[in-house]
Amino acid sequence: MISSWLCPADAGGSPREELLIAFDRARSARVLVLPAWFDEANKLRRFTLEVMRRLDRAGIDSFLPDLPGCNESLAPLAEQSLDGWRRAAEAAAAACKASHVLAIRAGCLIAPPALPGWHYAALSGPKLLRAMLRARSLAAREAGIFETSEELLEIGRGQGLVLGGWSIGAPMLRALETAEPAPGPAQRPVTQAMLGAGGGLWLRAEPDEDAAQADALAALIAQDLAGGAA
Amino acid sequence: MTSIPILDGEAALDREMKGLIAEVLGLDPDRAAAFGPETGLFGHLPELDSMAVAGLLTEMEDRLGITIEDEDVDGAMLETYGALLDFARAKLAEARRPA
Repeated sequence: MISSWLCPADAGGSPREELLIAFDRARSARVLVLPAWFDEANKLRRFTLEVMRRLDRAGIDSFLPDLPGCNESLAPLAEQSLDGWRRAAEAAAAACKASHVLAIRAGCLIAPPALPGWHYAALSGPKLLRAMLRARSLAAREAGIFETSEELLEIGRGQGLVLGGWSIGAPMLRALETAEPAPGPAQRPVTQAMLGAGGGLWLRAEPDEDAAQADALAALIAQDLAGGAA
Repeated sequence: MTSIPILDGEAALDREMKGLIAEVLGLDPDRAAAFGPETGLFGHLPELDSMAVAGLLTEMEDRLGITIEDEDVDGAMLETYGALLDFARAKLAEARRPA
């Protein structure tokens, strides 16, 4: 289940090995999973894997690659860009021979548009930044420092910013200011309401899990695949 | 934000805010329904760190159709459930006032 994939280097360097969690039994449906980012990545990690376990039991392969700069990656997060992650997502799709993509929250910003699949609770770049800037500004205020989101953003555009402990480089930050999820023609938006009662797990103050929500998302994907949709 | 939700009346706002806090804290909706004006929030609940508060405020913006500026946010409005509800009510009134 724990494997790796080779992420091509941007500037013609040698490819880097990145971690891959794979439920690969050579079945016809192969879903690339692009997880949530930064703080939300932690909040949704268990949910993401729980959905993958359910897909496995439903006869569907799935693949969760580390993007460069995330989790176990040796690449520095501060050097990553939105376009770089888009290329990495395309490369991961090719490496896993993905037939479909499940993008979660900000992961929707980099979903390969040609793959059919699902956008779960897509998050725009501006909203992602707004919450992270606000968290930093709140934490600073507790320490007696007053910094507004606008001031922080101005600094970040030039030199990058550390938000909630995540080092976000200037190119990534500038790109996120205008990044909107754009589902491909065969990508279906999945809203939180479609997963039943209870809010999105990214809202939780602490990482949590919800078996009913994981059941619902996996069932929705399995049904779409069985029906030939997506 | 695609539409401003209809939150006419105090009961609807109270229900929306309690629902949201229940989601953030992973509480049983019944527990959140028992919140009163004096129920302590930020500072009383160790799990409510700055990232969680930021998420709560951003979600309030979406669900209530309001904009919360940095300077609106202070410790007092996050101290108790009643203070947060007062803040939401004032922001909603502001958003509905014609410019």
